Amino acid sequence: MASIEVNGKNLDVDEEGYLENLNDWVPEVATVMAKLDDTELTDAHWEVINFLREYYDEYQIAPAVRVLTKAIGKKLGKEKGNSKYLYELFPYGPGKQACKYAGLPKPTGCV
Amino acid sequence: MSDAKKFMYINRKAPYGTIYAWESLEVVLIGAAFEQDVSLAFVDDGVYQLMKNQDTTEVGIKNFSPTYSALGDYDINKIYVEKESLEARGLTLDDLQHLVWEDEDDDWAEKDSIRVVTSAELAEIFEQQDVVLSF
Repeated sequence: MASIEVNGKNLDVDEEGYLENLNDWVPEVATVMAKLDDTELTDAHWEVINFLREYYDEYQIAPAVRVLTKAIGKKLGKEKGNSKYLYELFPYGPGKQACKYAGLPKPTGCV
Repeated sequence: MSDAKKFMYINRKAPYGTIYAWESLEVVLIGAAFEQDVSLAFVDDGVYQLMKNQDTTEVGIKNFSPTYSALGDYDINKIYVEKESLEARGLTLDDLQHLVWEDEDDDWAEKDSIRVVTSAELAEIFEQQDVVLSF
């Protein structure tokens, strides 16, 4: 099984790089995963990552991208609730990439 | 959207003894991406899926009941619960989670998603569907 090293510990990830165990997540997981994608995390990234973690905590699912976009717009403001803004932050797809950094499973319905 | 089909998902089983309830919910969420006209019906032991305060720690299965609250975000707001099934189990609407959706065309007003209907009313609703899937 693949793994990533975070704070000196090896954490299991699946073949696409998603954490196998939700409870393994610490903020450094996101930083390490971003580094593997040559991405530097900014406050704007963290806003989305934290939002996803709260969403999962409340509803037990990672939201579909359409739902994420709408919910971000409502919570963080209209200028952030659109796919252009989210794709600029997460060019591999806000659903897939941001959920991965947040330690969540791939969004339900994401193909 | 005249080419949208009317999809009805019927849920008949209690949530954790079998995988049907979770499978149904996943199919519903995945299907929502296709922007069809989706309705859900809960009949027989399926009404237990919507119960408040579910606790699965003793059975070691993920408690997925909070996910029903996300249905509104997915524009799924026609959730029918059969009156006879509730009554046969000594339940009322108050025993179920309060599921709501926000109406974009009405200044995001929160509206109830659950409608309690009789068996006869439900039969009529089934009659209007293009696709009926039973879980």
